[in-house]
Amino acid sequence: MNATSKSSVDVAFVVNGSAISDKVAPRTTLVDFLRQRLGLTGSHVGCEHGVCGACHVRVDGTVLRGCLFLAVQADGAEVQTIEGLSASGEIADLQEVFVRRNAMQCGFCTPGMLMIAADLLARREVPSREAIRDALSGNYCRCTGYQSIVDAIEEVARARHGLAV
Amino acid sequence: MLEQAGDGAQILAGGQSLVPTLSLRLSSPSLLIDINRVVDSAPLERSDGIVCCGSRIRHVDVERSTLIREHVPLLALAMPHVAHPAIRNRGTPCGSVALADPAAEIPACALALNADIVLQNSIGRRTVPAGEYFIGLYETARLPTEVVVELRFPEAKIGDRFGFVELARRRGDFAIVGIAAAAQVEGDQIRNLRLVIFGCEPKPRMSAAAHAITQGLKFPELPIEEIAAAVAAELDPMENSQGDAAAKRQQAYAMAKRVMWQLNGRAA
Repeated sequence: MNATSKSSVDVAFVVNGSAISDKVAPRTTLVDFLRQRLGLTGSHVGCEHGVCGACHVRVDGTVLRGCLFLAVQADGAEVQTIEGLSASGEIADLQEVFVRRNAMQCGFCTPGMLMIAADLLARREVPSREAIRDALSGNYCRCTGYQSIVDAIEEVARARHGLAV
Repeated sequence: MLEQAGDGAQILAGGQSLVPTLSLRLSSPSLLIDINRVVDSAPLERSDGIVCCGSRIRHVDVERSTLIREHVPLLALAMPHVAHPAIRNRGTPCGSVALADPAAEIPACALALNADIVLQNSIGRRTVPAGEYFIGLYETARLPTEVVVELRFPEAKIGDRFGFVELARRRGDFAIVGIAAAAQVEGDQIRNLRLVIFGCEPKPRMSAAAHAITQGLKFPELPIEEIAAAVAAELDPMENSQGDAAAKRQQAYAMAKRVMWQLNGRAA
């Protein structure tokens, strides 16, 4: 019981390729830890209960809600944030098309959108617009009304498969 | 550890239902026990006519499983409605059954298929049929010391038919009204229709009326409007911001018609 009743817990994990170690309160969510302790403010905090998708991060290759995952649960894991995806060039084409097609207005939802779009586009087939909308169903955008976001993701999907856009 | 900590402790599996309740301060467990690295969970596997889903199987595993598509098609139909991709990456069917949210899809499917729910604590392991497991709003036959370690779904037999429909504000949101249906069929004749309606009452309900009306009838000559009206009439819906009881009965009527059309049109 002693180990679990501590006010802070040692954690060590990899964030965007860099090893970090710290002490965190068990109640701290991963997204709060990333933003407040590591200054990685690209992951946004919107609803804080898993509805809006602005806080998407990748943990061991899987996209999940940073607000529904505790920082202590990341111990030993490999975490990637939007900053990491951006720096690696993995989503450079998505970013370019998002800008060109005005698939963002205020930009608050954009990191979470890019995160889930990258995940969708990593699959083998070109997704239909319906499949894109399903994939985005867990992400709120309060400005642009989704149409141009779907357009942008569809364009990148087709371009990556060498299809006409 | 769960037993030592007493009533205030909670198991953390996927966390996709539990952590929001913490964020909203709806629950405040004295201790959270993360089982993600502890429990030796059973894989998704089939033996002796049963498909078994262990406690660390995630929704995404079920969604992508060919075993599930072939042998528990109702779950495959339900899975696109279970929240959103990033939630399915983390949430678990066992956790969904443990918490028994009235709008959750997996409890309804478990009841429609009369799955067995396997509970375990330090004293031992017991199996509760889904029909006896769901008691009320977030209330189940599970003791505070028990963990849902397995869901055991009977595999589909040749000729069985399944349907799943859900009304929600956007794909993956909490169900306003949903229906999971499983029909055992011999020839074209219905032997046993288990039509489970969820989302609008404190717990999933198996419609006694739908079962009684359809007994012995043949596809596709079913009195669909009569069945749908009987399903809706049985309900005592919770009234909330999503509608009053009359509206929800009307929605249930429409959903029941849709699920019956699905059953009419497709053999498993």
